[in-house]
Amino acid sequence: MTTELQAAKVLDCKGLLCPIPVVKTAKAIKEVAVGEILMMEATDPGAPPDMEAWSRQTGHELVKQDTADGVFRFWFRRTS
Amino acid sequence: MTVHATDSGPTDPAPQEVSAATEAEPKRKRLALVASKGSLDMVYPVLMMASTAAALGWEVGIFCTFYGLDIVNKKRNKHLQVAAIGNPASPPPFKGVPLKVPPILGVLPGAQAAATTFMKKWMRDSNMPEFQDLLDTCREFGVNFYACATTMGVMSVDPEDMIDGVSCLGATAFLDYAAEADVCLFV
Repeated sequence: MTTELQAAKVLDCKGLLCPIPVVKTAKAIKEVAVGEILMMEATDPGAPPDMEAWSRQTGHELVKQDTADGVFRFWFRRTS
Repeated sequence: MTVHATDSGPTDPAPQEVSAATEAEPKRKRLALVASKGSLDMVYPVLMMASTAAALGWEVGIFCTFYGLDIVNKKRNKHLQVAAIGNPASPPPFKGVPLKVPPILGVLPGAQAAATTFMKKWMRDSNMPEFQDLLDTCREFGVNFYACATTMGVMSVDPEDMIDGVSCLGATAFLDYAAEADVCLFV
């Protein structure tokens, strides 16, 4: 949150398993404007490969990701 | 070329777009799923695959055939169960306890109800949605459900028993749809 990336929306998917994080992310990205950032947090161990694949498939850019204390964080820029 | 004219129409090649966007824009990918089973443990994977594909922006069609027809049968889809008998992977009573239920116990009265209860409990404890919620998510995303016409005839299922928005198809029409799919799965 201290990065230069200003998230227009933060989505908490901690404790949720596939396919719920990707389903919620797909809905939430529509709630930010094109060009804005959606930040998503998840603990599902499958989240990093899944969210990278979601980005590839949907075209929404995965600008940044990191891991801290078992929480994966993803910053997506809505592209369309 | 396409069976269902759901594409938004001809789009320009958008040469200025980066490669990530060109993958999603011109034509939606399509997942064609055949759901042939009607037990709870077999319909979950169908709906999980379908909702995931829909979340990727793909078009999804599920052909519900044989026992898989129960997914869209509103009289039956609230009562899906896990088989206790003949199921060597039968759920152990408590998550994390390395205890196998001998399949022979599946003949006991109430074994199937118990197996179903245990699976539902695991799902709930893992914050997984219930079958009905996952079904609603799929419908909200526009997943297409197709009822197998032959199964409806063989099992005497009325069209009125179907949830809203289900169309009745034969295998021919579904294969025509699947021929245009990028991924086909049979469950």
